[in-house]
Amino acid sequence: MSFEYKVTGGDFTHAGYASSQVKKMLKQLGVDSTIIKRVVVCLYEAEVNIVAHAYDGVINIVLDADNIFMKLTDNGPGIADIEMAMQKGYSTASPEVREMGFGAGMGLPNISANADRFIITSEPGRGTSLEITINLSGTVA
Amino acid sequence: MKVEEICSVLNGQLVCGSNMVNREVTHAFASDLMSDVLTVNCSNLLLITGLTNVQAIRTAEMSDIECILFVRNKMVTPEMKDLAEELGITLITCPVTMFRAAGELYRAGMKPLF
Ligand SMILES: Nc1ncnc2c1ncn2[C@@H]1O[C@H](COP(=O)(O)OP(=O)(O)OP(=O)(O)O)[C@@H](O)[C@H]1O
Ligand SMILES: [Mg+2]
Repeated sequence: MSFEYKVTGGDFTHAGYASSQVKKMLKQLGVDSTIIKRVVVCLYEAEVNIVAHAYDGVINIVLDADNIFMKLTDNGPGIADIEMAMQKGYSTASPEVREMGFGAGMGLPNISANADRFIITSEPGRGTSLEITINLSGTVA
Repeated sequence: MKVEEICSVLNGQLVCGSNMVNREVTHAFASDLMSDVLTVNCSNLLLITGLTNVQAIRTAEMSDIECILFVRNKMVTPEMKDLAEELGITLITCPVTMFRAAGELYRAGMKPLF
C-alpha cells in the first residue's frame, strides 16, 4: 500500500493531519501500539518540521507486511549543517513557531531515536528530504 | 487519580469528555514544548500545559495521552474541542498557574515521570 499527503508551510492548523491518518490506518491493521507510537512520533515531528521550517512538502508512505517507509521531501531553505541540526537543543525556529509550542530542538534527535533507519539529506537553498523506516516486526494483522 | 479528583483539587472544569470523569491517570508531565512531550513514554499520563492550540491535541494524540489539563484559564477553542472529542481525549481547564497545578497534584498523589 502507498499513500501521499501534501504539507503546507506555516499551516499549523492542519499540521499533524497526515500523521493522524497514518495512526488510524495502522490501528485498523492491528499493528502493535508501541510500534504505532514510534511511527507517528517520527512522522509528526517530520511533518511539523516542514510546516515550521519549509515552504511546502510531500509525504510518501509505503507500507508492506514488514516495514513502513516514510519519505518526506520539502521545498525550503534546507539545512546547511545537518550534524548541528541533529543535536538536541539546536533550533532556528522563529518566534511564531515557538508560540505554537515548537522549537525545542528535539524533533530530529527524537526521530533518530525512534526510527530503525533514518536518512536525512538536504540541499541548502532548495530543500530537505527525510527517509524513515520502521520495522513492523510482522505485527500487521 | 481520577479526572473527577483532578477537577476538585484544582477547581477545574471538564471541557469535554464528561462521560470520562472516572478515567484514571497515574503520572503527570508539565510542558509547553510539544517536542518535549513527544519524547515521553508513559501510559495513563496527564499532560499539564499552557499551550492552547490544535497542536497540543495532536501531540496528545501521537503520544497516546488521553487527558490534558490547561492552566491559567486558557481558552479551549472550538477546533480543539471538536478534535479532542473525535479522538476521545479528555480536556480540563483550571484557573491556577502551571506551578500551582503541578504542586497541588503532586501533593494529592500524582506521580512524576522521574
Ligand atoms: N524540513 C526542514 N527544513 C529546513 N530546516 C529544517 C527542517 N527540519 C529541521 N530543520 C532545521 O533543523 C533544526 C532542528 O530541527 P528539530 O526538529 O530537531 O528542532 P526544531 O524543529 O527547531 O524544534 P522541535 O522539533 O523541538 O519543536 C531546526 O530548528 C531547523 O533549523
Ligand atoms: Mg522540529
